[in-house]
Amino acid sequence: MEASEQRIPTRMGDGSIVRMTRSEIRADVEAGSEAAARRAKVPALESDELDHVVDVYASAARFTGVDLGDEIVLSCDGTGMKTHATRQQDMQSFEQWMGADLVELCVGDYSLKVVRTILPYEAQCLHDAQLQMVVPMQYGVMPNLGLYSKPDGPCENWNELLPASQFEAARAAQEEAVEMAVEDMVKLADAMWEAGADGLDWDTTGASGDPEFLAALRATEIVRQKYPDMGVELGMAGEFVLGMNGHMEYDGVRLAGLYPHDQMLLAQKAGVTMFGPVVNINTGKSCAWNMARALTLIKPCMADATIPIHPNAGMGVGGVPMFVHPIVDAVCRAAKCFVDILKVDGL
Amino acid sequence: MGSGDPLGMQGTHTQAAGMGGMRAAGDLVARMQMTRGLRLKEAKQYVAEKLGVSTFDLSNPAVMTDVRSEFGFGRIHSYAISQPGEANFIEAKFNISRVLGIPINSVERFKERAGLAPAAARD
Repeated sequence: MEASEQRIPTRMGDGSIVRMTRSEIRADVEAGSEAAARRAKVPALESDELDHVVDVYASAARFTGVDLGDEIVLSCDGTGMKTHATRQQDMQSFEQWMGADLVELCVGDYSLKVVRTILPYEAQCLHDAQLQMVVPMQYGVMPNLGLYSKPDGPCENWNELLPASQFEAARAAQEEAVEMAVEDMVKLADAMWEAGADGLDWDTTGASGDPEFLAALRATEIVRQKYPDMGVELGMAGEFVLGMNGHMEYDGVRLAGLYPHDQMLLAQKAGVTMFGPVVNINTGKSCAWNMARALTLIKPCMADATIPIHPNAGMGVGGVPMFVHPIVDAVCRAAKCFVDILKVDGL
Repeated sequence: MGSGDPLGMQGTHTQAAGMGGMRAAGDLVARMQMTRGLRLKEAKQYVAEKLGVSTFDLSNPAVMTDVRSEFGFGRIHSYAISQPGEANFIEAKFNISRVLGIPINSVERFKERAGLAPAAARD
């Protein structure tokens, strides 16, 4: 590092400001990419790609953006969740004021199991909203398989059984929960298709590990057969499918341990129309380090995908800090890097 | 995905990289991605060809406002720019479905429930 190098204000993964030199940012970018390459056994970023990430982050500009003509689609999950008015008015605000490309109706809890008991009401809301909106509308839930276990649900709690070394009982409980979740997801699709939905969103899929990812894949396969024109967006909860079961497979592929590229291949095969890979943020590293790591982990998806790839770039994922209020300078840099380097189809 | 987190995430992404929804043609390209699984380049090309514009124009409100008006695709409206004589909402989706050549579920349901199409024809 040159002693005279200027220090540039940039961000850590927790959103705090850190002042780094261009050389330090470059070192972080290289280290982030190498960390991802080692972990997922994928190629590191090319030198011109590293240069571009450094250029984006070694700038004191408050805001940046993609080149004119390079704009992408934004799959705006969570837009209809009663943040500032009714849910329908929220979606209309996003459509009319904020330039959302699509909107999503959902409940605040966002869990599949919660929606099951109020499904007719939810379908009615979507039906009515569709009459008063133009942009495509999806219904979003997170499968959240954990709610199917006791005390919230009927299945034995595998998170209590596993520490007690009751592995077979834990696996049996997970398998039971998968069947219930698939049934609920298909019932949700039935109701929403009848109500006029354009698509569904399985969000934060895999938060409960490989059983949850399996449930989403199996449900998608059924939905695709029943409703060929229905969109199914599948967004992941993390970069790595946790092996909470370890034995679960889809199409002969073991789900535990899959990284974004292999997750995408299975999602695509099941009939997903938009896939959202996730790379979680490391709050102790700079955003530049995190961005390079996210780009490296997701890059292999881009070459083999036949469906749109919308990396998650919300709070705490995809180079965006883990902080409740979106930090504009960090969010726009993440968007620019995903578009410029990976040529993503959306975010 | 994730761009719709509340508290301003979507707004920032829209300014940095978004197509602009109904301000331009973001909703039309999104529809081709969501229900047809087309990647961005193909989705943009498909919509641009149907509308007779360039893919560059699809993100340009200065072009797309008039194009949307011409095709009856619905426009953002307010006090100053009301268009009570133009199609909007479910009406606009009829036009989008016809021009893009794709069925839109809510339009098909509307036809069925308003007695404009037999139920058997919808699925």
